[in-house]
Amino acid sequence: MELKEKLVSSFLAFENTVDVDAPVHDIRSQAIKVFEEKGFPTKKEEAWKYTSLNAILKHDYSIFPKEENALEFKDVKKYFLHDLDTYKIVFIDGKYSSHLSETTHDKIDVCLMSSALTHDKYKPVIDNYFNKVAQKDGLTSLNTAFSKEGAYIYIPKNKLADKPIQIIHFSTGKESLQLLQPRNLIVVEENSHVQIIERHQSLTSNPVLTNSVTEIFADKRAIVDYYKIQNDNETASLIDNTYIQQQAQSIASVHTFAFGGNITRNNLNFYQQGQGIDSILNGVTILEGKQHVDHNTLVHHTEPNCESHQDYKGIFDEKATGVFNGKIIVNKEAQKTNAFQSNNNILLSDKATINSKPQLEIFADDVKCSHGCTIGQLDEQALFYMRSRGIGEKEARALLMYAFANNVLESVKIPQLKQRINKLIANKLGVNIGFDL
Amino acid sequence: MLEIKDLHASVEDKEILKGLNLEVKAGEVHAIMGPNGAGKSTLASIVAGKEEYEVTEGSILLDGEDIEDLAAEERAHKGVFLSFQYPVEIPGVTVTNFMKTAINETRKAQGLEEMPAKDMLKKIREKSELLDIDRKFLSRSLNQGFSGGEKKRNEIFQMAMMEPKLAILDETDSGLDIDALRIVANGVNKLKSKDNAVIVITHYQRLLDYIVPDYVHVLYDGKIVKSGTKELALQLEEKGYDWIKEEINA
Repeated sequence: MELKEKLVSSFLAFENTVDVDAPVHDIRSQAIKVFEEKGFPTKKEEAWKYTSLNAILKHDYSIFPKEENALEFKDVKKYFLHDLDTYKIVFIDGKYSSHLSETTHDKIDVCLMSSALTHDKYKPVIDNYFNKVAQKDGLTSLNTAFSKEGAYIYIPKNKLADKPIQIIHFSTGKESLQLLQPRNLIVVEENSHVQIIERHQSLTSNPVLTNSVTEIFADKRAIVDYYKIQNDNETASLIDNTYIQQQAQSIASVHTFAFGGNITRNNLNFYQQGQGIDSILNGVTILEGKQHVDHNTLVHHTEPNCESHQDYKGIFDEKATGVFNGKIIVNKEAQKTNAFQSNNNILLSDKATINSKPQLEIFADDVKCSHGCTIGQLDEQALFYMRSRGIGEKEARALLMYAFANNVLESVKIPQLKQRINKLIANKLGVNIGFDL
Repeated sequence: MLEIKDLHASVEDKEILKGLNLEVKAGEVHAIMGPNGAGKSTLASIVAGKEEYEVTEGSILLDGEDIEDLAAEERAHKGVFLSFQYPVEIPGVTVTNFMKTAINETRKAQGLEEMPAKDMLKKIREKSELLDIDRKFLSRSLNQGFSGGEKKRNEIFQMAMMEPKLAILDETDSGLDIDALRIVANGVNKLKSKDNAVIVITHYQRLLDYIVPDYVHVLYDGKIVKSGTKELALQLEEKGYDWIKEEINA
């Protein structure tokens, strides 16, 4: 049976595990119909031209985790940002691990989607926000249909989340091949601030496919900083659908560090609904082998005096392939918009590929929009210059690549995270050198 | 210290050096002059270890050791320094961090511990004062947006930091006004000792008023065709290179 049929027919079984009378279940039921109609995207669709899911959809995934798997903290410590005090929402094979987590209900809610969807206390927030910004494409609808577990973060008005929040999804592969569908909801009310770090980590060589949906709502003057660490092993694929709705004068930033995985697709969508909004999309991609990363971004400017800044840097070695497709829409009403987009790439091998495509749809006449894309090699003159000063070839290459990615790293606001990313990059580049750029 | 014997070198099958001989001893300053296209910068790049050039004949010995098979960084570890005619801009790497990395990588290769941060800062302060370099300048990206003169001064600052055994200054005077030239020359002179040597490559006699050479060589068509003392530089300044070409062709 094909995966699509299997998923559609599993929906009945899924219904036995949830409260079908809850209003949210109407949303699920509608979503499975949409998925049944639209199915998985194919390369015939413009937005999926360079990314084929065929190879990863042919596996016979298990859709529901059958048993609880436990992990010892010491075995997975390295995947945590452990030198920093944080809240943690941790899942193992799609199931919540209370053992590894640290949640809170003290002034703010950092807890589970499964509670939020079933307890009356959360009903107003769920009614107002759940599935309100997520789009109705096939993959998102599939996630919506099976939405049950994930992270739920609610920061009420005038609150500062007192420490960053880590959301980590582990897959152990103890029970064959897994399809995981986490569903996250993050609501940050007026004048509030939160920092979130998200990571998906496979601990198995069995194929894992994650189809994740995250909805983020940044109310007036809210500040949301979201960091995605994508450094998974070569049998894990990720489709990350993130939808952010921003109100007046809010600032939302998403950093995506794509350092590994089989196929990674980031659908990152910003919808602005007010004036004086700033949306920031930064990315560093470093890939080798046959890894593939596709960054598909959308920023929709609907009102005057807003900004968006996109800066994606990519380094591709061996047969790695990358895609950057950045769409900016500026509505007729959105005068005085400043929208910037840049995508710079270095190809280290003849067989590495990057497809970079800006898509600007501008209907206002008084705007500043710019986009730029470069594809090049490491500068040989610069390498010789550095080597003539005693810096070894490998280190010189690494230093040049660090420098290339530097401005994106500089914008990471959590020092421990910045340090960790630096270390991940050093490991990736195979150097042991303490650059503090 | 440096002994170049019958050096032939080409790039993309074009022969540029055609049997060059040069011997530089510790404590000496040599000037190499010559018309454009004679091979001066090629010589500098080959000694520093640039890989595009192929040495087809002859040898380069540093303290008696053939360095032909050594990579650029290994030559740097042995004390070779090239002040670039066109220093490369490296956005994202500050002057200070570049120097820290260069010095510590060199020390690592020499089997030494990394230089303690305190000592490093002290050294940076001393050497930047020597070259009249503003502290703010050190936290800028390497060579990015520097004026021609700033780039050259920064090269000599790097030389001062690296304390090389053999320094090759490739047209360090070009792009410098007279004040900057004095500062740079003064920096080079302060670094001179009986244990190191300097090769100054230049078009003009001007720099040699400040960095006084023990020997002056004329490089023409891939060979050193004439050698002399500092008076030769004055003669070249006055008469140009045509009389040398005539002398050779005669």
